[in-house]
Amino acid sequence: MEKWYLMTAVVLIGLTVRWTVSLNSYSGAGKPPMFGDYEAQRHWQEITFNLPIKQWYFNSSDNNLQYWGLDYPPLTAYHSLLCAYVAEFINPDWIALHTSRGYESQAHKLFMRTTVLIADLLIYIPAVVLYCCCLKEISIKKRIAKVLCILLYPGLILIDYGHFQNIYNSVSLGFALWGVLGVCYDWDLLGSLAFCLAINYKQMELYHSLPFFCFLLGKCFKKGLKGKGFVLLIKLACTVVAAFLLCWMPFFTEREQTLQVLRRLFPVDRGLFEDKVANVWCSFSVFLKIKDILPHHIQIIISFCFTFLSLLPACIKLTLHPSPKGFKFTLVSCALSFFLFSFQVHEKSILLVSLPVCLVLSEIPFMSTWFLLVSTFSMLPLLLKDELLMPSVVTMMAFFIACATSFSIFEKTSEEELQLKSFSISVRKYFPCFTFLPRIILHLFLFSVITMVLLTLMTVTLDPPQRLPDLFSVLVCFVSCLNFLFFWVYFNIIIMWDSKNGRNPKKIN
Amino acid sequence: MAALRVATGAGNWFSALALGVTLLKCLLIPTYHSTDFEVHRNWLAITHSLPISQWYYEATSEWTLDYPPFFAWFEYALSHVAKYFDQEMLNVHNLNYSSSRTLLFQRFSVIFTDALFVYAVYECCKCIEGKKAGKELTEKPKFILSVLLLWNFGLLIVDHIHFQYNGFLSGLMLLSIARLFQKRHMEGAFLFAVLLHFKHIYLYVAPAYGIYLLRSYCFTANKPDGSIRWNSFSFVRLISLGLIVFLVSALSLGPFLALNQLPQVFSRLFPFKRGLCHAYWAPNFWALYSALDKVLSVIGLELKLLDPNKVPKASMTSGLVQQFQHTVLPSVTPLATLICTLIAILPSIFCLWFKPQGPRGFLRCLILCALSSFMFGWHVHEKAILLAVLPMSLLSVGKAGDASIFLILTTTGHYSLFPLLFTAPELPIKILLMLLFTIYSISSLKTLFRKEKPLFNWMETFYLLGLGPLEVFCEFVFPFTSWKLKYPFIPLLLTSVYCAVGITYAWFRLYVSVLSDPPVGKTKKQ
Repeated sequence: MEKWYLMTAVVLIGLTVRWTVSLNSYSGAGKPPMFGDYEAQRHWQEITFNLPIKQWYFNSSDNNLQYWGLDYPPLTAYHSLLCAYVAEFINPDWIALHTSRGYESQAHKLFMRTTVLIADLLIYIPAVVLYCCCLKEISIKKRIAKVLCILLYPGLILIDYGHFQNIYNSVSLGFALWGVLGVCYDWDLLGSLAFCLAINYKQMELYHSLPFFCFLLGKCFKKGLKGKGFVLLIKLACTVVAAFLLCWMPFFTEREQTLQVLRRLFPVDRGLFEDKVANVWCSFSVFLKIKDILPHHIQIIISFCFTFLSLLPACIKLTLHPSPKGFKFTLVSCALSFFLFSFQVHEKSILLVSLPVCLVLSEIPFMSTWFLLVSTFSMLPLLLKDELLMPSVVTMMAFFIACATSFSIFEKTSEEELQLKSFSISVRKYFPCFTFLPRIILHLFLFSVITMVLLTLMTVTLDPPQRLPDLFSVLVCFVSCLNFLFFWVYFNIIIMWDSKNGRNPKKIN
Repeated sequence: MAALRVATGAGNWFSALALGVTLLKCLLIPTYHSTDFEVHRNWLAITHSLPISQWYYEATSEWTLDYPPFFAWFEYALSHVAKYFDQEMLNVHNLNYSSSRTLLFQRFSVIFTDALFVYAVYECCKCIEGKKAGKELTEKPKFILSVLLLWNFGLLIVDHIHFQYNGFLSGLMLLSIARLFQKRHMEGAFLFAVLLHFKHIYLYVAPAYGIYLLRSYCFTANKPDGSIRWNSFSFVRLISLGLIVFLVSALSLGPFLALNQLPQVFSRLFPFKRGLCHAYWAPNFWALYSALDKVLSVIGLELKLLDPNKVPKASMTSGLVQQFQHTVLPSVTPLATLICTLIAILPSIFCLWFKPQGPRGFLRCLILCALSSFMFGWHVHEKAILLAVLPMSLLSVGKAGDASIFLILTTTGHYSLFPLLFTAPELPIKILLMLLFTIYSISSLKTLFRKEKPLFNWMETFYLLGLGPLEVFCEFVFPFTSWKLKYPFIPLLLTSVYCAVGITYAWFRLYVSVLSDPPVGKTKKQ
């Protein structure tokens, strides 16, 4: 590639921004007794290094599950073990059993930050670069611009390098991206393997699993279930089973082990939501405290039904008409459905929606940029708690400028470029005067941006009234949730009308 | 909405570049800052809380005011904003005070004053003709030049990590160069006079300004063969230039003259009591000289030619900024360095006088002045290399030969800044930024001049690639070896000697190219 140096420059910019953000504070810095997610990660290194594998997920005198017990799948634990070996080499105090609790030092922070950077450099960044290089339909310049925008996405940078998420998002998202890459370019086995690794790294990746499943199933159907399709299906099934077996090997020896890990991974006895999340349940509780009114099992059933119904149409569409483009959009809408309606959602889970949105950045630059800004904004209360205001604002502005200059987003707001052409045409059959959609969307964007700016300013400068100490964070969640609902509708419209559009030219042919 | 579109339109790459680097600077706020941070805080306090008569006498802190008066006034102006951030930083006795608000204010003061630099770069981009523009935006000389200047590695780490105000000072210099290119000589002269009274290090390049203005502005015509036409001298122009310089100097030094403090001011500005080399040797001729001395003394001791008792104990690399004696070679006095510098500058000045080549020739002479004084000056800081690197960027997009010299000079010069940042968290930043700038500058200039002969020969390529292993050795291997305690100075020594070779080479090549360039008359005939 002739422009490799620009690509290198772009990756280096991404890395520099990541490292500069990592100089800031992290979650729970100097806040005993529980500290924060940073301590959780360190604690897992301590546990995995000092205890035999059978005791990792069990409560014992050496492993108090109430204190940041391991609640992620085995791959995370292996990764922690690997980091622990390096830590042991540098300074054994960092992971000494019991005595290292709450260990904090400048050198240790540097070590932890470096582990994130290395994981990112090995898994996420190559996936992004490769994904964009493989895009055939856009020019080289646009591909480089896309890499820049994806690497500058502030949400991921701030959570991984600022907040220090208790799991390396870049690893799980990176694996998922490798999965998307594989599946989109017909290396199905590789794709499904990568995606299995993603799930085994972080169970939240299940948000993406249905589109993967539907897309691969659709592919099999397309090839004919009696011939090649069946072979592919068998191969896929074997890959998935083998990958899972490999990851879970040490835990499959006893039934109790497996069950305990599963119990740790899916803590259904926790509430419908924790803290402040920009999803429907949390926002709805402003009016009605569902959490207190409904019994626990009903909450689970309701949330399950809502999630299932909300993602059903997109998934069916994808199974019937599998296409890489439809796949990406379905990934967005499914992850968004999960985020909005499912049980026990974290505010950081929005990153799972953001990843596929990043992938469609060049298709619908305007809407993607908007969504990615809102998604970062929705984590504002969390970021403020970690004193990350400055890097948040700066990276958001940088991301916005990068998107605006490289995709000139404000010139791409016609119906065509919003991918709403076919939808508008169908609506116009009933309402001929339906031509104002792009204008409305543009105004909504302005309105949304102004609210975000105002809310940020208010949160930072004003003290909330004494009666409502959480006023601003609730408002942030509520506003973000409204935005997300709008996006959910938008993406579903694209999916539903896009496949129709895809069939039409064939009919003409 | 329309404003948004204009601000973010695809054509507006310049503002995107400028905004992008500004945001990067904001991200660098929490990084390490050197004692220069305290120096400038102290100056804020001095100018804010003391009367003018005390500015150059105050010595509570060891970091006394040693910049010319305009800079003091600049700090005075800043201090009136600073008081809204944190009143405490304006107290002279609050030594080493750095609250988070102080940090924020000081960092932002650098970022905001850089606006002048951005404007200067914008003006410079307008006045370079460069090679014929390619189709692609990223291959246009203007684009490349603005990246090279705006995203300059040296400025980023010296100003925004190490902490100094080089950005707006370089902005003033670039702006005055741009004005000379635009034939607005009076403005250029005015800006340079102002700049001199901000930071006197720019005296190094003053000869270029003086001769150029005299030769190409005061003399209004040339003979056909390019030599001077004596009767075309314009007294009006000379007097107006003189008046400008005089007025600016009067404004700056007048108050101190009135207070009868001029000798004190000058003794602060030119502290010859400091040593030949800075704590860390700037990669110049004296670094090579001292290294040679060191080698000779070691050899002498080995061969028993030297008496061990006569060898002075205070070695140059022990980190003290004091006088010191060379062992074998003759010791260097300030006067000797001054003479060397003058001798080094003279040929370029002659060149500027006898074969004037318009603003481009001036620019080359200016760079040679800056480089020569960097090579031979007394107590040179490694940061002074920026004085040559920034104007050299302007030349680099014009000719392949200049591009090649620029790349060698910049890469080695920037690498020699590495020891400024020695803390672990900044290590990845400096490496990443250096890689970013170096890879971009080399590749983009190669693309720009791809139709001409390769920019580097094998020797230069080998030398530049050698910087990689050097860095690996100094930062990653050496700290784990047993020499670390015995010879802690080895990485610094290696760095400065290695870089001195490259910078000397670049200086030499630039000199050769300037001296061997045919005069204007002949090039026109060709």
